[in-house]
Amino acid sequence: MHPTPDISHLTSADYEDVYEPAEDSFLFLDALEQEKDKLHALRPSVCLEIGSGSGVVSTFLSSLLSHPAFFICTDINPRANAVTKLTAKKNGMDVEALTTDLCLGLLPRLQGQVDVVLFNPPYVVTPSHEVAQGGIEASWAGGERGREVMDRLFPIIPELLSPKGVFYLIIIKENDSDDISRIFADFGFSMESVLSRRSGPEFLSVLKFFRNKDVS
Amino acid sequence: MKLLTHNMLTSNIIKGVKNGYPLKISASDVQLIDVDFNPEFITRMIPKINWKVLHEAAQSLGHANDLPAELNAEYEADQEFLKKTHHVLLEVEVQEGDLICPETERKFPISHGIPNMLLKEEEI
Repeated sequence: MHPTPDISHLTSADYEDVYEPAEDSFLFLDALEQEKDKLHALRPSVCLEIGSGSGVVSTFLSSLLSHPAFFICTDINPRANAVTKLTAKKNGMDVEALTTDLCLGLLPRLQGQVDVVLFNPPYVVTPSHEVAQGGIEASWAGGERGREVMDRLFPIIPELLSPKGVFYLIIIKENDSDDISRIFADFGFSMESVLSRRSGPEFLSVLKFFRNKDVS
Repeated sequence: MKLLTHNMLTSNIIKGVKNGYPLKISASDVQLIDVDFNPEFITRMIPKINWKVLHEAAQSLGHANDLPAELNAEYEADQEFLKKTHHVLLEVEVQEGDLICPETERKFPISHGIPNMLLKEEEI
């Protein structure tokens, strides 16, 4: 098993502002580890994590790869960006952090350049008005069907991804994977479920999206 | 913030801004860090770089050294050149300062190496 990043530098004060790695984060790590051979074959040059929180996912992927890649991590919460950089550094990795909403400011330059996009979104079903613009609430409150934040990113994914690029996303059952699959089918993308796990009331899945082959 | 990241950032997210690229850099603290040199990675990254923007950014920080202003077609075999590129792309880090929109002069602060691109509602 590939080692889980060391996060012993993070304190309860950090977790007042930044999402503490939990079952969803660890499922994400397990899914990426399961994808290890495919990720090595992909040889990503540019990886983008949206909503990097503690930074544990990018740090893990960065250490899982057998060669260097450029990691850029965004979060709308500046505290999360600072923690992301620290987590990477503590684990001997080097990632770039950017405070922004989703990937604003990175297009058009990253158009068609990103080989791996990672997103553990705010997926919890909440009233729309709870979808937050920052702070700890932004890490989980997903609004209607838990989809309000991820739905804003979906149309941007085809723009970001390189021809061979892949997008990994965590969802819960309530987010409606059949509906998400239809949205990506319209973009010319296939969806696969990499790994699922029940955690208390949540049924979590890591989904993977990639361009259909032989588009005619 | 590495110059590789600067190379990818635009302020076209501000209402009314057309290109917003490249952002000007005003740095009050620049640090040099050590990153392992991997010529294969640098070779893979060069086609993704806007070379002119990289060169100008490095120059504006006083760290271009003798990085050529034009990209040589046969760079893959030129270890010295790849090393210089590696240094400018990955080892020069702006810790404190501002990124400045070339069209509106709007400043995006860089703090502890992290640029903040968040806008106010009325700017979007």
